[in-house]
Amino acid sequence: MCNKLNSLQIIAIIEAHGKAKERILSILLEIQKASGENYVHEEWAKLVADHLGLPYSKVYDVLTFYAMFSITPRGKYVIEVCKSTPCYISKSARIVKILEEELGIDIGNTTEDKMFTLLYTPCVGACDIGPVIKIGEEVYGNLTSAKITELINTYRGGVPWQR
Amino acid sequence: MAKIVDLVLHHSDSITPDSVEDYVKAGGFEGLRKAFTMKPAAIIAEVKAAKLLGRGGAAYPAGSKWAHLLEIAEFPKYIVCNADEGEPGTFKDKLLLSQVPLQVIEGMIIAGYVFNSHDGYIYIRGEYAAIQRTFQQALDHAIEQGYLGANILGTDFCFTIHIMTGAGAYVCGENSALLNSIEGKAGRPRTKPPHLAEVGLFKKPTLVNNVETFANIPVITKIGGEKYLSYGTEESGGTKLVCLSGHVAKRGVYEIPFGITLRNIIYDPEIGGGMAAEKKLKFFHLGGQSGPCGIPKQLDTPYCYKALRNAKLSVGSGAIVVMDESVCVIDYLKSVTEFFIHECCGKCTPCRQGNQQLYIILNKFTNGTGAQDDFIKMQELIDVLTKTSFCGAGQSATVALNSCLAYFKDEFEAHIHGICPAGHCF
Repeated sequence: MCNKLNSLQIIAIIEAHGKAKERILSILLEIQKASGENYVHEEWAKLVADHLGLPYSKVYDVLTFYAMFSITPRGKYVIEVCKSTPCYISKSARIVKILEEELGIDIGNTTEDKMFTLLYTPCVGACDIGPVIKIGEEVYGNLTSAKITELINTYRGGVPWQR
Repeated sequence: MAKIVDLVLHHSDSITPDSVEDYVKAGGFEGLRKAFTMKPAAIIAEVKAAKLLGRGGAAYPAGSKWAHLLEIAEFPKYIVCNADEGEPGTFKDKLLLSQVPLQVIEGMIIAGYVFNSHDGYIYIRGEYAAIQRTFQQALDHAIEQGYLGANILGTDFCFTIHIMTGAGAYVCGENSALLNSIEGKAGRPRTKPPHLAEVGLFKKPTLVNNVETFANIPVITKIGGEKYLSYGTEESGGTKLVCLSGHVAKRGVYEIPFGITLRNIIYDPEIGGGMAAEKKLKFFHLGGQSGPCGIPKQLDTPYCYKALRNAKLSVGSGAIVVMDESVCVIDYLKSVTEFFIHECCGKCTPCRQGNQQLYIILNKFTNGTGAQDDFIKMQELIDVLTKTSFCGAGQSATVALNSCLAYFKDEFEAHIHGICPAGHCF
């Protein structure tokens, strides 16, 4: 079994969801969160397949169909910049530039210290406070350069910034 | 006519979202109590009288959908709430789910009672993880207080609601794709017919309605269909939650009665409050990415299903994205098309390839290499996507483009000559 999660932890997650096929999205999302690297390793997915009585191809289909999953490791925090039209016209492109400079990476990449991955996302349903970014489960809006720097520094310190 | 009403959002700012006590104090569950004294067919008659059209975007008459399912003899039947709000510019379901979850729950219980169903599912998008937790607390509290679970309010009726999570897929907002996703599969849409009322979740008869539709049900049973209808217009019953975003002064969710004008919605100080900056309104985009765009001369169109349809506009999800003159229409359409490329499930070729080809053509205009024959190519692609895509996502992906080609042909032409009127592209 590869790093981070062992098979017992995976099985515990599957069983906590009643080993039900319908719960596959919840199970995989929880595994991804527990991984610390925001991804689902092939071995873990195979374990899920075995325990839910599904062929691995079905689990792979699910993992690669839904945008929230990744099958390759990502940063501890995934920063997603909304690029749907309400945020786009609220100058989300400027937010991307600021984040790229702050993190020293281009969008689509992960920082060397594996702390942050910077991605685009479609609408997160916070168009009234656009431009917005989502970090993990938290959505931050009405962003300015100063607010972004403060936010990143707080996450660097390991404590998510409270609104 | 009042420009803002407080019918569906009646409880929203005065109660603790998951508190049954607060909800009951504010008049909650009265709709359910009344429903329990009525026959299922009588409840459906009220929904029909209310002229409640599906609030997710498709505007299918809820009463007809319910009547169809009632006629089906097979059991079990499932009640499904579509809370996969992913339409850009739409955030009203989020408001309902996070502020009045018990009203959505009450609507689902009434539906469960009508169809003698014992299991309801609410499919909440994965991006709303915190809301899923609030909603679960609301469910737990409703069970503790006897409004959900076994023998609801001392009757024989038992009903349970399960929360299912999405994981990031716009297409799951399409009802058949949503059911596939609840079943633990990739959320690709199904071939229809059969209708979901016949072969739905786990191949059983199923009702799928949007969050806002369910939130309207307790109101309708409580005040009656006729009274509910009277809040809106003759054709469009009741109220609509509209979501204002973009370059408007007061972005947010507002409950408006059907029939006030788009001008009221965007400019009234109580609602949109006009433009955010000292710039003129250039165009607006209604109903989500799959809806049409409109221009200032349409501002006096009443906001209701019929008048908007006649003006080649639509209510859709309730999204109203407002653009000022700094926005280049073609650049905007590129953003719309990019969305459809990202969200295409890949099942059918017209949607998968068509959107990509459209993006390439739009890009030609913004980089100064567009030509006259690109108009013909775009029109061909629009036809192919509209007529041959497998589901609604592809069929409506070019609605915005089509409307903008009608209103902003000169802006496309200008780009061919190296001029971007908004000063964005060159």
